[in-house]
Amino acid sequence: MMLRIGSGSGWWGDRISPAEQSAREGALDYLCFETMAEATISTAQVRARADASFPGYDTYLEDRMAAVLPHCIANGTRIVSNQGWINPLGAARKVRQMLDDLGRPDWKVAAVTGSVITEGLRGSEVAILETGKPLSSLGDTLISAEAYLGTEAIVEALAQGAHVVITGRVADPALFLAPMIHTFGWGAGDHLLRARGAAIGHLLECGAQLTGGYFSDPGVKDIPEPWNLGFPIAEVTPDGSATFSKIAGTGGLLNRQTVLEQMFYEVHDPANYITPDAVVDFTTAVIEEVGPDRVRVSGISGKPATDSYKVSIGAQEGFVGEDMFFYAGPGARAKAELAKRILAERFDIVGLQAQDIRMDILGVDAIHGASSPDPACEPYEVAVRVAARCLTRAEAAKVGREVDGMAVSGIASTGKRVPFQDRVREVIGIWSALVDRSAARGQVEFV
Amino acid sequence: MKVMLRRLAHSRSGDKGNTSNIAVIAYDPALYPLLRAALTEARVKQRFGAAMTGPVTRYAVDGLGVLNFVCEGALGGGVSRNLCLDNYGKTLAAAVLDIEIDVPEELCGLLR
Repeated sequence: MMLRIGSGSGWWGDRISPAEQSAREGALDYLCFETMAEATISTAQVRARADASFPGYDTYLEDRMAAVLPHCIANGTRIVSNQGWINPLGAARKVRQMLDDLGRPDWKVAAVTGSVITEGLRGSEVAILETGKPLSSLGDTLISAEAYLGTEAIVEALAQGAHVVITGRVADPALFLAPMIHTFGWGAGDHLLRARGAAIGHLLECGAQLTGGYFSDPGVKDIPEPWNLGFPIAEVTPDGSATFSKIAGTGGLLNRQTVLEQMFYEVHDPANYITPDAVVDFTTAVIEEVGPDRVRVSGISGKPATDSYKVSIGAQEGFVGEDMFFYAGPGARAKAELAKRILAERFDIVGLQAQDIRMDILGVDAIHGASSPDPACEPYEVAVRVAARCLTRAEAAKVGREVDGMAVSGIASTGKRVPFQDRVREVIGIWSALVDRSAARGQVEFV
Repeated sequence: MKVMLRRLAHSRSGDKGNTSNIAVIAYDPALYPLLRAALTEARVKQRFGAAMTGPVTRYAVDGLGVLNFVCEGALGGGVSRNLCLDNYGKTLAAAVLDIEIDVPEELCGLLR
């Protein structure tokens, strides 16, 4: 028996057409979508408060589903997706409506809720891992707290016949592991198989990052057609090993190197990669290139899951104001240095209250700061980029206002963009904590 | 011969909270012992200087030819708080590739 699972997205902003191609041509049993980052839940909570029209789920839900649903129906491909964000039920109802419109009321849609546990943790003495302080210390700045749930509720939904399962926060690998547990009947005590399945999920969860995305480096790591990457597909066998591939004719690359880069992506101790379903040990992995763009991964080790869930906590911390302007031609760098000096004086004059200010010269040191090597020759063009973190929106807005002043009151040949955006963004600080598993429970609701 | 790490290994960085992990992967298993000897925690921390406020922990996975550097305090407080243009630290993996490694003559044929 073999299970074919495709990745439909590696993040919220991911391309949609490769998912459509995998749905159409991939002979998939399951297509799984990962669309959440660490701050997705708290950002969505803030947006929902300010914007009544925001439905609280993936803003591309309809686009993604419209692209893949007809193919999934035609091919009998079931969908597991974390596009529900803070409103899995609303997202499930939207997909329900789309399926009805496609004339498929028989396709069953389930929502998995229960990951958001903000009210249960508000004022709690649970310790913030990064600071050791109790959660109660966040006071009214706490926006949201959500547990990274495991596969349990998704498997329950699949067992009840769901064709489409829409979740809120679950651990990313769980989206892919759930179909394996459902299909192969891996039990709660099968921690080795669950760890192997979670590892396969980890390799799939970032989409094209397994198939040549976030990879090519001209001259040392070149890949074919980097404009046309295919998304990865895993053929999983009941022993928890998998062969990864992509649709023939797509660009990109799938080999030992791409697999290794993704295996370690966002991993700390590779012998103890903790997921809610099992602890993965990648160090014993066997990676074999078994054909063109075909890689087999086996030999992953594992341990039983821990007693706790990881919780991600979002808190309101203030605002960042930022802007950029530029110089080119002779003297560009000296002008940029003078511009930094002028801005520093201006911030003093207007009494900018900032927790932190950063001014860089893009083209010299804006990314890696003081550890950047001094340029061997005068850069032809540079940008001055300035950012400040402040407690209030009004203070943060001073950054853009002072950059505005650099136009007619600044230096010769100061280039600036047409003002096109709010130059202030809200800072939602993310903290983490561990809670007992009894603190959160996934619930299944069919719509 | 002294060459940039870029010719021996490739790398990828990922973010979790205020921590960036940088995996450094040998192009050839025969090059891995050189990496393991030269790329210490101190060497990687030194590459970033004051931009990395916390400790660097190295996990060496000999069987796969991979060194995973877990760099705490590398993201200016975390993605959202970070005032750096590269909020996620995506480019940190590229920075380590300019570290110089001394490669003996007999292994130079394996360099990119």
